[in-house]
Amino acid sequence: MLRRTPLFAAHQRLGARLVEFGGWEMPVQYTGIVEEHLAVRQAAGLFDISHMGELLVNGPGAEAFLNHALTNDLRKLAVGQGQYSMLCNERGGVVDDLYVYRIKHDEYLLVVNASRIAADWDWLQTQVDHAPTPDGFQLQNVSDDWAALAVQGPRVVEFIGAVIPGGSIGGTLAARVTDLKKNQIAGFVFRGVSLLVARTGYTGEDGFEVLAPAGQAEALWNALLEAGAARGLKPAGLGARDTLRTEMGYPLYGHELNETTTPFEAGITFCVALEKGDFTGRAALLRQKAAGVTRRCVAFRMSGKSAPPRPGYALWSAGAAARPLGQVVSGTLSPSLGVGIGTGFVPVEFAAPGTVLEVEIRGRRAPAVVVPKPIYRPAGAGAAPGSSGTKAS
Amino acid sequence: MSNIPADLKYARSHEWVRVEGDTATVGVTDHAQHELTDVVFVELPAVGRKLKAGEACAVVESVKTASDIYAPVSGEVMAVNDAVTANPGLVNSTPYGEGWFFKLKLTQPAELDQLLDAAAYRAQIGG
Repeated sequence: MLRRTPLFAAHQRLGARLVEFGGWEMPVQYTGIVEEHLAVRQAAGLFDISHMGELLVNGPGAEAFLNHALTNDLRKLAVGQGQYSMLCNERGGVVDDLYVYRIKHDEYLLVVNASRIAADWDWLQTQVDHAPTPDGFQLQNVSDDWAALAVQGPRVVEFIGAVIPGGSIGGTLAARVTDLKKNQIAGFVFRGVSLLVARTGYTGEDGFEVLAPAGQAEALWNALLEAGAARGLKPAGLGARDTLRTEMGYPLYGHELNETTTPFEAGITFCVALEKGDFTGRAALLRQKAAGVTRRCVAFRMSGKSAPPRPGYALWSAGAAARPLGQVVSGTLSPSLGVGIGTGFVPVEFAAPGTVLEVEIRGRRAPAVVVPKPIYRPAGAGAAPGSSGTKAS
Repeated sequence: MSNIPADLKYARSHEWVRVEGDTATVGVTDHAQHELTDVVFVELPAVGRKLKAGEACAVVESVKTASDIYAPVSGEVMAVNDAVTANPGLVNSTPYGEGWFFKLKLTQPAELDQLLDAAAYRAQIGG
């Protein structure tokens, strides 16, 4: 039985096309992936991301526990700030990628992938014994209590303040919700109910992610749709979420990331703080850094008109001595660029931008070129890779 | 409710056929284009290729997926619609018009009797 978010009825009323994703029945599109994608790039889009998991860690030992379990340096977070981080195993493989927010002095919120909630929970239990003060914190899974919405796009700032008025009541001090800076989080009040609002996202555009009690989700969803309609806001499904994140080169767990791939192989190094002291996976990652990676996940775009690349398609080197190099892990038509784009793993000597590759599509090989991330650079703010939310779907 | 013109014949795999003499024009139905969602790429068979009924002979791709298109009847490909490869959105906007895929010279005209009429196709897709 697939799980449904508190917004399921709202999706049905909007005529959404529903698909299975990570054990959930989720909207893949409402009117069309391309239209929804372009709405987010040019105006605004509203996504239901309630399938994602939320874990709370609180207590005086929370920081030390999480700093040992996660790859990024948690000590850099002031109250009201978040950072992208990874949960690695002892081999440096990625158990999950996530956003961690310091929401109070001794309380952290982890927003994790829907498909990884159980795996993360089990892994974190094994990490408790490694914590400097194993009894100084509590771990709670609050995923079922909270709904989550992402409202993304250059015009979101024009209407979000009308829906979530007033100043912050916790976290970052902000007179208005639009005063939040990238990666900041704060509590706000919507119709008498407390929400958490973060200036993060997974699209490359400016925008916000809102955590609300499950019972308030539909009222908030409807209020945002109503306030944003005149600014071009459209409901957007997981299809557009995937094409938007692929254009940015953001990883999606199960594609660019898994338990046998390290952050260095995935090409995501900014969230690995090797110098911060010991953490799970550090020894393996130090060894790999010293030896150098042998394969890396690269972004590419098709060089001419071709069918879109798809996960599982073979990547080949170009030229007379062409040989198979690896596989595409994400691939789609880029609605912004109008060409096929993707990511895939190749030996490191083929990873430099400008390297010509070939993608095998139904038995024929089509030329592609390795490009830097992001593959598409949005016109507005938020284009710097890794600095905006690279949170997974 | 899907548009299902009465003057066409239909395959269970959602292609339509317009018969003029010994030539069959083939495309996909309004129901199919709706299910496919935004078509972003179309790959058509080579002119001159001899197709058997039921053979996978073309591919349409949406943003998320690639889907095979099957020859509804046997025949030799006489022409393909270059406009639809240049502008795949025609499959969505005019599936029975400018969104046609290819024309076949029929080699087994009796196979036409195996195709569905509009009423039978409507019953198959549930309205």
